[in-house]
Amino acid sequence: MTAASSLRHRARWRWWELALFAALPLSWWLLPAQSLLLNEIAITALFAVSLDLILGYAGIVSLGHAAFFGFGAYAAALFAKDVMPEPLLGLAFAIVASALLGLVTSVLILRGTDLTRLMVTLGVASILYELANKLDWLTGGADGLQGVVMAPLVGRFPFDLAGRTAFAYSLVVLAAALFVARRIVHSPFGLSLQALRDNRLRASSIGLSVRLRLVAVYTLSAAIAGAAGGLLAQTAGFASLDLFDFQRSADVLLVLVIGGTGYLYGGIFGAIVFKLLHDLVSDWTPQYWNFWLGLFLVVLVMVGRDRLIRPWTWFRSAR
Amino acid sequence: MLTLLFDGVAYGMLLFVLSVGLAVTLGLMNFINLAHGAFAMAGGYITVMLMNKLGVPFLACLPLAFLGSALLGALLEPTLYRPMYAKPHLDQVLFSIGLVFMAVTAVDFFVGSMQQNITLPMWLQGRLPIAAVGIGRYRLFIIVICALLTVALQWVLSRTRFGSRLRAAVDDPRTAGGLGLDVNRIFLLTFAVGSGLAGLGGALGAEVLGLDPTFPLKFMIYFLIVCSVGGTTTITGPLLAALLLGIFDVAGKYYVPKLGAFFVYTLMIVILVVRPQGLFARAGGRA
Repeated sequence: MTAASSLRHRARWRWWELALFAALPLSWWLLPAQSLLLNEIAITALFAVSLDLILGYAGIVSLGHAAFFGFGAYAAALFAKDVMPEPLLGLAFAIVASALLGLVTSVLILRGTDLTRLMVTLGVASILYELANKLDWLTGGADGLQGVVMAPLVGRFPFDLAGRTAFAYSLVVLAAALFVARRIVHSPFGLSLQALRDNRLRASSIGLSVRLRLVAVYTLSAAIAGAAGGLLAQTAGFASLDLFDFQRSADVLLVLVIGGTGYLYGGIFGAIVFKLLHDLVSDWTPQYWNFWLGLFLVVLVMVGRDRLIRPWTWFRSAR
Repeated sequence: MLTLLFDGVAYGMLLFVLSVGLAVTLGLMNFINLAHGAFAMAGGYITVMLMNKLGVPFLACLPLAFLGSALLGALLEPTLYRPMYAKPHLDQVLFSIGLVFMAVTAVDFFVGSMQQNITLPMWLQGRLPIAAVGIGRYRLFIIVICALLTVALQWVLSRTRFGSRLRAAVDDPRTAGGLGLDVNRIFLLTFAVGSGLAGLGGALGAEVLGLDPTFPLKFMIYFLIVCSVGGTTTITGPLLAALLLGIFDVAGKYYVPKLGAFFVYTLMIVILVVRPQGLFARAGGRA
């Protein structure tokens, strides 16, 4: 088998991938009453997919991915408030802004150990939290940025209270991001990322430029996280401080780990399970959801997180 | 100005006692323990409960807080922590975040989410005017206790048999085990003492830092800053880093309150980018 055909073999569309892409619009038709919840799931999924790019593919443990999510959300909200309420342009603005932030901060994660990277990512998120808190003339401070009103989508579909338009909008963005990310991780660039995740020294000794690749994937991941944040701000109509919170970074890590890292779709399954669990447990004990979340995390790690997604991996090896 | 410096030093000393246990866990077991603050919170709550419910005097509470947290650490280390040492960092992070969440909600459930207060004994209240500088008696008390602890720690580590065993286990656990040292017991004891110190710090800091269920989350980043900036191979590294952090944090909040913690985070990032192994890392030491 030549290299090119082996690449093609890895990158071919599997039936479950097609089924997944088909399921996205189906969920819009079949579950109209659940649009608000599904919209949240789609946004969380998009956010988790962005984290998977750096965690699952490049092996960077980040505790501050919410920085880009929040930055995108504030960028989209401010754009709608101060420039124009057009959603697509606002989303593009959020993506570009977060990508720039990712590009700038990617320099910080190139050196050091896992601990250093944890600290730096956490630090960036904390700094943005402080900034959003203190620059109250711009961001509304602790009250958050309220009263974001969006123009109708592509000039025709207004955002409704039931969240039908919002959900469709998020789905389209999610599918587009997945498609792009899929192309990227199956490209030679994506394979080289996995090579440097597995062994950075070897990757650099066969002539891969580790730094450039890390910068590129970090920027891409920041852009997608920014898109997720932008979607949230646009569909919910506000942006608040808790977007930068440590809890959000931890949650998205959990979402991704539930779904499994390193195969791109983990974020989607994780988001579905996570949000449904959240809904279920919150109905039962609203205040103490974090306890069960913590217990779940501890048990998950004790048992081994690979085992949770093992049925799925059987599925793949059977193909 | 000098008062400010003094407060900063007290704050820094407190941070040092709180995080020295974490520095050991990080350096010794290469384990990223985000749940370290939970032990400090345990110490704080033990003190609050004992003082307010049972009327135990403040001074008697401090050793009890130490013992209680140490016991907690000794219980958790072999059961929960030990299997985690060999796992990848991502697993350790997830695991300890889980522990933090559980600790926060458990305290919230049993004690309630309000801020806890303790009343200091009379002789620790107020200020001493020394050389025209107002010095809080309690701050002075903290500094004295923490300085004594630091000296004791340094002595134990560098002069006693246990200290040399510990250093051997830090440098190479496998060889240390091969030489007949019971590495697991050393780890257990060290973890317990580290947790105990955190508990003592939590008890001492209940008045200064404030105590509520979100304590472990609020101060997690501070502990980690101390360890990552100070490096984890020595005692003096985290000590200097803690003092630096304490002074800068107090001064920053006093002079530019608008920016708050912004200043500290920026400083940390700059230091870590310039020196990823920490400011005072020993050459050739493990990260």
